[in-house]
Order: sequence, then C-alpha cells, then structure tokens
Amino acid sequence: MGNKQTVFTHEQLEEYQVGVMSGALTGLFYRYQDLAPQLVPLDYTSCPDVKVPYELIGTMPELKDNPFRLRIAQVFSEDGDGHMTLNNFLDMFSVMSEMAPRDLKAYYAFKIYGVCRAGDFNNDDYICMWDLEQTVTKLTRGELSAEEVSLVCEKVLDEADGDHDGRLSLEDFQNMILRAPDFLR
Amino acid sequence: MSHQRQGRGEEAGGGARGRSRSGSPGTGDNSGRRPSRKPALKAESVTGRCGGPAGQKGAKGSPRPDSPQRKQVEHRRHREELGKPKRSTAQRTREGRKKKKDGKASLKEQRASPKKEKEVPKKEMWKQLKKHRSPSLASSASARESLSEEELARILEQVEEKKKLITHMRNKPWPMAKKLTELREAQEFVEKYEGALGKGKGKRLYAYRMLMTKKWIKFKRDFDNFKNQCIPWEMKIKDIESHFGSSVASYFIFLRWMYGVNLVLFGLIFGLVIIPEVLMGMPYGSIPRKTVPRAEEERAMDFSVLWDFEGYIKYSALFYGYYNDQRTIGWLRYRLPMAYFMVGVSVFGYSLMIVIRSMASNTQGSTSEGESDNFTFSFKMFTSWDYLIGNSETADNKYVSITTSFKESIVDEQESNKEENIHLTRFLRVLANFLIICCLCGSGYLIYFVVKRSQEFSKMQNVSWYERNEVEIVMSLLGMFCPPLFETIAALENYHPRIGLKWQLGRIFALFLGNLYTFLLALMDDVHLKLSNEEKIKNITHWTLFNYYNSSGWNESVPRPPLHPADVPRGSCWETAVGIEFVRLTVSDMLVTYITILVGDFLRACFVRFMNYCWCWDLEAGFPSYAEFDISGNVLGLIFNQGMIWMGSFYAPGLVGINVLRLLTSMYFQCWAVMSSNVPHERVFKASRSNNFYMGLLLLVLFLSLLPVAYTIMSLPPSFDCGPFSGKNRMYDVIQETVENDFPTFLGKIFAFIANPGLIIPAILLMFLAIYYLNSVSKTLSRANAQLRKKIQALREVEKSHKSVKGRAAARDSEDTAKGSSKNATKAETMPHSASQSQTLGKKAQGPGTSRSASGTMLPASSHLPISRPPGIRPDPGHAGPQTHPGRAASRKSAQRPPH
Repeated sequence: MGNKQTVFTHEQLEEYQVGVMSGALTGLFYRYQDLAPQLVPLDYTSCPDVKVPYELIGTMPELKDNPFRLRIAQVFSEDGDGHMTLNNFLDMFSVMSEMAPRDLKAYYAFKIYGVCRAGDFNNDDYICMWDLEQTVTKLTRGELSAEEVSLVCEKVLDEADGDHDGRLSLEDFQNMILRAPDFLR
Repeated sequence: MSHQRQGRGEEAGGGARGRSRSGSPGTGDNSGRRPSRKPALKAESVTGRCGGPAGQKGAKGSPRPDSPQRKQVEHRRHREELGKPKRSTAQRTREGRKKKKDGKASLKEQRASPKKEKEVPKKEMWKQLKKHRSPSLASSASARESLSEEELARILEQVEEKKKLITHMRNKPWPMAKKLTELREAQEFVEKYEGALGKGKGKRLYAYRMLMTKKWIKFKRDFDNFKNQCIPWEMKIKDIESHFGSSVASYFIFLRWMYGVNLVLFGLIFGLVIIPEVLMGMPYGSIPRKTVPRAEEERAMDFSVLWDFEGYIKYSALFYGYYNDQRTIGWLRYRLPMAYFMVGVSVFGYSLMIVIRSMASNTQGSTSEGESDNFTFSFKMFTSWDYLIGNSETADNKYVSITTSFKESIVDEQESNKEENIHLTRFLRVLANFLIICCLCGSGYLIYFVVKRSQEFSKMQNVSWYERNEVEIVMSLLGMFCPPLFETIAALENYHPRIGLKWQLGRIFALFLGNLYTFLLALMDDVHLKLSNEEKIKNITHWTLFNYYNSSGWNESVPRPPLHPADVPRGSCWETAVGIEFVRLTVSDMLVTYITILVGDFLRACFVRFMNYCWCWDLEAGFPSYAEFDISGNVLGLIFNQGMIWMGSFYAPGLVGINVLRLLTSMYFQCWAVMSSNVPHERVFKASRSNNFYMGLLLLVLFLSLLPVAYTIMSLPPSFDCGPFSGKNRMYDVIQETVENDFPTFLGKIFAFIANPGLIIPAILLMFLAIYYLNSVSKTLSRANAQLRKKIQALREVEKSHKSVKGRAAARDSEDTAKGSSKNATKAETMPHSASQSQTLGKKAQGPGTSRSASGTMLPASSHLPISRPPGIRPDPGHAGPQTHPGRAASRKSAQRPPH
C-alpha cells in the first residue's frame, strides 16, 4: 500500500480532494493510469506533464458508446484536441458526477453541443444551426432524412432561441435545459 | 469509488442545495458569525456577475504600502469582489447608477438594502463577536492589536468568503489547473488569518453532512433502480417502444395493467372462495352436486370431454355448481355462500374502482405537464441521450428509440402545420362517417336477421350444419371483413393517426357490440329453457329418492345405505352452463389469437423473408410484405376478453385463473411475435400520454358486462340442486340470511332501515347533486387553467418578440462599436493589469456589453461582459449559475417576466 502514498504528496491529495469528490481521487487516478500505463507514471508528486491521447480516452466504457465522446473530450481537454491531462480528466469526472450541480452541468452541456464560435475576438460560444444538425445526426445515426433534420433544427431554434438571432446562446440554452424534466434527475 | 460518469446523475441538484444550505465550513459557532454570512453570499453572486478572473488580475497591480503586499492584495481584491461594500457612499451611488443603467434596478435594490444595514452595525457586530467567542478570540485579538477592529472584521469576512470559495470550488466551471491555483491561494489566506480569528471547527460536521448527502443520493438512485427492476416486463416494453413507437408500447402497457388487475381479482377469488372450498368444504363425491353423474362417468376423463370443460372439470371447484349451500364450512365456520356472493360483488367493485382511479390519475398526469410542451424538440435533442449508457446494445436501442421519438414528433408537427382544403376535408369526413354508419347499420341488421332465423331453426328438426352455425359464421365473417373496410374508409378522413386510431377503435367497438349482443341473447334463451325444465327435474329427483327409500324388497331391519350420489338425478344447473360457455369462449379466443399471430404474422414473415430470394417480385416491399402490429384489433380483443371474464367470473370462479395464464402467455408470445415478425408502422405516431381512451372503452365494457350479471343475480332464481345459493328464492337472499342469523338484531334493524327506499332515493339524489357540483367546479378550474396557460403562452410570445427587437438593435450597435471594442480587447490582453485600468476597461467594455446585456435584460445574472474578457482566461459565463442561492433564483425568475 506504500504505492498509494507515492502517487501524490499529501498536500496534493488535500488540494485535489476539494476539487474532486473526496475519496474518489485515487480511484480516478488509477483509471487514468490504466488508460495508458506506459504513458502515465505512478509517481505524481512532481506533477509531470502527461497527456493521454483521445484514442485512449474514447475507449473508456463510460464513453465508448456515447455519440458525443469526441466533443466531450475536446471540451475538457486543454487545447480542444481531446488529449487529456490528469487535471482535465479529473475535471471531466467531477462535472459528470452526480454531485455536480445542475448549472455546472448545463454549462458544460452547452459546451459539448456547441462548436461554433461567433467571432475570433469573442470567446462567447453559440450553438448554431450547424451544431444542431450535427447533434441530430449523431443522435439518430443519420436515420433521418435531410428535410427531417432541418425541420427538427428549425423547431429547436423556434422553441429555444429567445432573441431570434438564429443560434442558441448560453442564456437560451440554460433557460431551456434547466426546465427539462429529463435533465439531471 | 464512484467514478461512474453521470451526465444526468440523479438529484445532484438536491445535493447542491443541501450544500448551499449547510453554508460555510465555519458555521460551527453560528451565533458569532451569522452577521457575516449574508455579505459573503452576496459577494459571491456579485463575483459571478462581473467575471471573477478579469477583476482579480486587474486588482493585483496596486499593493498598499502599509502592510505586507500579498495580504493586502488579497484584501483589496476581495473587497472589490465583495460588491464593494466598504467604498465611500459616492462611489456606491455611482455604482448604483451604473447598475440601474443595466436595467437591474430590482436586483440592485434587493442587494443594496442589506448592504446598508451591514454598514451601520459593523462595530456592534465586532463587539458581539468578541462577546461570543471571547476565549479563543480574546487572546488572538490581543496578539494582533496592531490591526484595527474594522480591519479584523474585514478579515473575518474574507476568511469566510475564502472558505466559501473552497467549499464551492467544485461547483465552478473552471479547469482543474485554475481550481488548484485558486484553492492554494484561498487556503493560504485562510490559514494565515484563521489563527487570528479562531479555528473553524464546523469542518468535520460539514464533511459528515456531505458524506450523508452523498450516501443518501446514492441510496435514492439505487432504490429507484430497484423499483424499476421490480416493474415486470419494463425492459421488454421499452425495447418494443424503441422499435415500434409508443403507440404499440401503449398496448403492451395496457396488457400489463390488465394483468395486474386480473392478478388482484385472482387473489380475491382464489383466496376467499376456491381455496376455502377445497380445504374445508365437503370432498369430491360426497354429495350429488360434487359427483360426476353415472351416465357421464365413463367418458369423464377423456380428453375430448375435458377439452369441452365437461366431465371432471365441470364437477370441480372451478365452477359454480360444485359449491354447497351449507351456511358454514369447516372448523373455521367459514360462511362460504356469503363469501361467494361478496366476492362476486367485490370483483365488480374493485374493477370499477381501479378503472376509474387510473383514468383519474391519467388525466392528472396529462394536465400537469403543461410547460414541457414548449420545448418538445429541444428537450428531445439535448436531453434524450442517457449518459449512463455503457453497453453497446443498449446504445443501439437508444439510437433507435431516439430516432423513433423524433419521427413521432415530426409527424405531430407536420400534422399541426398541414394546410389543406378545409371544406374538402369536412366533406370527406362526413362522407366517411356516413359510409361507416351504413356499414354498422347493415351489419347490425344482418346480425338481428340471422339471430331471428337461428331461433326458428332451433325449433325445427334436421337442420343442416350451416343452418346450425349460421350465427357464428356470419359473426366471424363480419369481424374479419369490417375492420379493414373501416380502415379503408377512414383513409378518406385524413386524420392524424392517433385520432384515426381512436375512431377506428370506436367503430370496431360498435361492431363487436353486435357480437356481444348475439352471444348474450343465445345464452339467455338457453338459461330460460333450463329454468323452465327445472320444476320437472325437481319432481323427478324427489320421486327417485322417495321410491328408493320406500321401495320394497329390502330388509326392513337394516337401514338402507343412502343412494350413491352419482345415481341421483339432477337438474341442468344453468349457472354452470353459463360459466362453461364463458370459459370455452375465453379459451377459444385465446387460441384463435395465437394461431392468427403464428400464421398471419410469423409464417407470413418467414415466407416473405425466405421466399424473397426466389420470387418474381420484391416480396418485402411489394404485396405481402411484413405485417404491422394491429393495435386497434389487439386492444379491442383484450377489452372484450376482459368483459367475458367479468361476466363469467361469478359463475366460473376459475375463469380468472385461466385469464391470468392467458395474459401471461400472451405477454411473452406477443412480445416475441412483435419483435420477430412485425415492422413498425409507416407513420410512427406517439400514443396520447394517457391511454384514457382504452380505459374509457374498458369502463363501458365493464358496465355492459355488469348488466347481465346483475340481472341474473337479481331476477333469476338459482338452481335448486347446485351452487352455494341453492334452495333460496334469489341469490341475494344470502345477505339477508346472514344479517338475520349472525348479526345482533339492532344491526338487522339498521340494515332494514337503510334498505328503505325512502332513504335510498334521497341518498341517490344527494349523490347526483354532489356530482353536479363537483363537475361544475372542475369545469371552472379547468377553464381557469386553460386561460392561465394561454396567458403564459402569450407572455412567452411577447418576450420573444421583445428580445428579437432588442437583439436586432444590439446587433446594429455592436457592429458600430466592433472596432472600438476589439481595440479594447487587445488592450486588455497586453497591458499590465492595474485596478484602475481594469475599471476603465470595464466601463469601456460596457459599451458593446450593455447593448448585449440589454438584450439579455431577462437574465441579468449572466450578463458577464462577454466581449471585454481577455482571452486566455477561461470564460465562465455559467459562473453566476452555480452560486445562485434560492432567493436569487427566485428573483431571477421574477425578473424574467417583462414589466408589461
């Protein structure tokens, strides 16, 4: 059991525990380490800069059947390429855990569904028509015809777009999703 | 180790709520710190509003000279983040104006009032603090006398604030690295100053609470899972629903519901009638009614006889005739006839109650979910994927089901948007209804005619096979050809498939009523015939017994052994005959259904599937194709079968047992058949959320089946030699008997009084009045409800148009200021951040920012100066979200409504 103590220093543990659920940290670390045993060292006391590539992240049982796995990995990774450091990994789990509050989940859900950037200097994200189409196609695996997809997307915009600018802002999205009966229950 | 990924883990919201209630970790000594809690909360919300990171970085630049740099930086930053409660009044008012400009007047007022309150009693608070926590504080305070009291109070606040930050760290949408640095800073700060203010000892309590909430959530989730697993066939039905849509699934849900009801009826009848009879009643062969008569004895065990429910089955506890009329049986002195009667009544009572109750609860369910209609597609798109799925097969099913549900909604949508020639549609609908009424009338007359003829035939001798079975043949031909005909005619009407299904159900129901009518008519004729023969048989029995005992040629000294029960002549026992008829009908119905499924669906599917390789045309796409699941036929079959059960269960207590078996097998069999050999409907449509239409039909059938049973019980005399009521004038006499013999006399009097028509009629009148009153009340309420919903809808529309107008204005604005703001943004990136700079930046950024936040007037909480935020720092627009506490959430909601 000496192994466990060498992974993190005591302070590191304490700190992480505030960020992640207490107690789950070591478990998560071993999961992370299991993904790429040859990449991730067992000693994290010196905070090595290691990234696990998306190809490995995507094979986790929790993610492998998820149509949005690429987006999830991209959102949580530092530079949007899906490769994750341990911190990103912990982030992902803390957001996805059942203890995370609704608003946090809504925020990240927004990130996951929306790819578009409105402008280059504006860091605000939107969910635009293209995102919606992508989402529908992913959800139905392309079973719907093009007209049906566009009908669905138009309806979504019609329903949730509060300011009629043809895209969903975070506001619109939160406004909508926090009322959803299925979201987080 | 709960590393399950949970996009929608259950009730995390509850956890968060609990957390925010439990407050800061230092709440161990509440009394002293309570005053500081409010500002802390407030401070957080303000932090959220003005974008934490930007403010932070900006503040760092200007340290104060009179104290250690780091500490003061912290100080200042925090004071600024705290919504500047300690600024001079002038500053405050200016700020207030700014806020007003932002259109947050209401919010500001809310916030401002506690601020002022706070300002004044600051000193007092400190004194209070001293008083309350004197032992630990006095010493530390004396140690730090260099700090003024006000300073200390401020530090205290900040410590609280930091602690709050630490505890809420997990809820912020920051990347882990940022969380870590923030955390480190906060912890250092707390460590540094907590010594001055005493240790927070609420930490352990807090940790314990957290643990408990976690456990509780986990437990609740497990419990929910367990509950789900306890629902029988849930997985099967979900599977079917995912492939065939909710309309087909609604049949199976109905079937399951029916199974549940029948299980209860089965328990009632078996527990209270059959088992007591088997355990405590007289054994088989002891009396004539419990013995197979001599003439039938030889063939009584043949399969062909048993198959017709004759022979040994007829003389068993499954049928009415087997029961004895002894008032009490066994050592328990169980009053079987009484129990038999009461169970017969309560079968109907329970069925009525359960049907009506489920109808009521269905209506409630359908009215309460008004709001989610606004976001049908959005919810489908964003919340339909279950992030807990970790199995590829389940994932496949989920894909299919999501596709199906999208298709359902699309059909609904298309249907509501359809624009067509309304006159033509109306004309076609009237025409279709006219045609169908003609069909129904024609078939009704045909049935009537055939029944009349069959009555004539029954009087004649040597009728041919066709003439004997004419009624059945005509009925089954009608049943075979009318539904498709109706469907063809219904195609004229061009209804939404859901409404079309209802019409179809109603029409076939009307047709089947004819079926029921002929069946009951034939049965009644039979019963009356048997009743008229009864007197004759009664005399014969008497005479036989009399002759047997008095006949000569037997040794007078030895008493004669009683006549063997099998030899006693007996009546035809019309009750058992009726019971057998119902049982036969049920069983043959079941077999026909199964064979139809096997031949019509399964063999057809096999044929289409395998002969397609060597056939001249495409079988799958062309003529025979695969079968669709016939919802209307199956539902009606189920409903009418249940009617048979209700009618028959009084005379054949075992019928319910048979029905339970039937429902059980048909659940599995039909599930298999649907999945293996049917294809989804061409237009998958969504079943109405409440299957009240099925329930309504069921209620009608229940009522119809109640009538003949009540008629036979109330107005026909029971057979003289079989059944629990033999020897009585009417079946309900058993109640009177029990009341007279077993209850004290005053109770009997009360019963007699209650049964007085003088009391019953007013009671009924009263009930009618109550019904009328409640009905009118509910109508008013529902009207009010509809009006409110309309109002909400209108508000939404107004809100939308409002927003769109502003949005357009904002777009124009931002175009104008785009250049300026981009300049600002670059400045923000490159320049060293100082407090003043950040302030000016903030103001400038307000330019384009206000226009946007004005467009988002409804949600002041998330107007976060989106443009001016220096890139590189993670934007956290959701910042405000996680920290909202209930009060704020409420205020946000109220702010959402535009003022008009």
